[in-house]
Amino acid sequence: MTAATATAHPQRRVEHCMGTVFSFDIRSPGVAGEALDDVIAWLHHIDRTFSTYRGDSDISRLRRGEVELRDCAPDVAVVLARCAELTDETDGYFDCRPDGVLDPSGYVKGWAIERASDMLGAAGSVNHSITGGGDVQCTGHAGADRPWVVGIADPLRPRRVIATVSGSELAVATSGTAERGRHITDPHTGVRPEALASVTVVGRRLADVDAYATAAFAMGELANAWLTARDLSALLVDPAGGVVNTGR
Amino acid sequence: MKRIFFAVIGTVLGLVALLSFKTQSAPLPAPAGGLPAAAASNPPSSTPAPATTSGPAPPGRSRSSSASTPASKKFVGTAVQTRYGIVQVAVTVSGTHVAAANFVQLTAFDGRSQQINSEAAPILLQETLTAQSAHIDTVSGATYTSDGYVQSLQSALDQAGIR
Repeated sequence: MTAATATAHPQRRVEHCMGTVFSFDIRSPGVAGEALDDVIAWLHHIDRTFSTYRGDSDISRLRRGEVELRDCAPDVAVVLARCAELTDETDGYFDCRPDGVLDPSGYVKGWAIERASDMLGAAGSVNHSITGGGDVQCTGHAGADRPWVVGIADPLRPRRVIATVSGSELAVATSGTAERGRHITDPHTGVRPEALASVTVVGRRLADVDAYATAAFAMGELANAWLTARDLSALLVDPAGGVVNTGR
Repeated sequence: MKRIFFAVIGTVLGLVALLSFKTQSAPLPAPAGGLPAAAASNPPSSTPAPATTSGPAPPGRSRSSSASTPASKKFVGTAVQTRYGIVQVAVTVSGTHVAAANFVQLTAFDGRSQQINSEAAPILLQETLTAQSAHIDTVSGATYTSDGYVQSLQSALDQAGIR
């Protein structure tokens, strides 16, 4: 019975990394356990490379001027180049140099999840989702004839879902007042945005989607117009619980 | 092109239409009138703003006595037993605008979605109701720490899947 085998034995893994938690959910046909181990090991490698909390990371060494970009892992140049493009795309609202200090953390997690999803795909998985600290990349289907269904957390009511979004190739990222670590500020004013409780952006590939969500949250009242102009699908929740969605 | 859409109800019409789809299930005994059928054929936007509070209520609807403004009226739908759970919706109409749509009841569909219940969310979990399964597979939310994860809905989903 194919419908049963598609969901009867999903592979699940929960891994603490980058100061948060990654949840892997691999549905039939699945992958070898070693393939998932490799992906998780790669995530920890990326954490060691990019972490601003580790003095020996490439990013920390770049900050201190001890190394040049060419001395770093190749991924560092890839990430920083895309960060610079995203800064332009978002009118400066996505900024990997807040206060002038290099910190690409706001991009790395989403990018790493997207890459990890691709790695699982290369290992033979066609149906999986990876969620890291509330950012989601889904591929394929959750079950026979059923797409992935991603709940969007209610920013005002813990453990509750304010909406759901479903799809096959699906990336969902949320930025909000509950965001840890990288305190989002409007890079133009240095002020913490208060117009929105959360912004969720939906697309197909998580790295950019995550950056757009971060930028939109920093935009505050300007976010709706910016997202709409770019035809991005988004859900905006204001501090009073009002909800607006843009795009399709 | 794969479908990507929010299960968000921009207007209550969609919500009402959806619920009316589900009325093939037997309505539960409830004092309120039948919102789904009545509202689907008589949408809230056609409801005249009441000049007086004693204006006639549309048949099959109950009016809240706690309307926040004179032009605000609250309609409570019949609790409907669907195969996904019990659903009952209240709609607040201000003038010709839908001011709010709240769940009066949205009981758990199954063990995995216990946390989905919300009496206040103005959003219907449309996909949950229309999909073959009531499952939510994962959750997107503002980043939480490892400590915060323990209390999160994602944690509950992971535990449900891993057990």
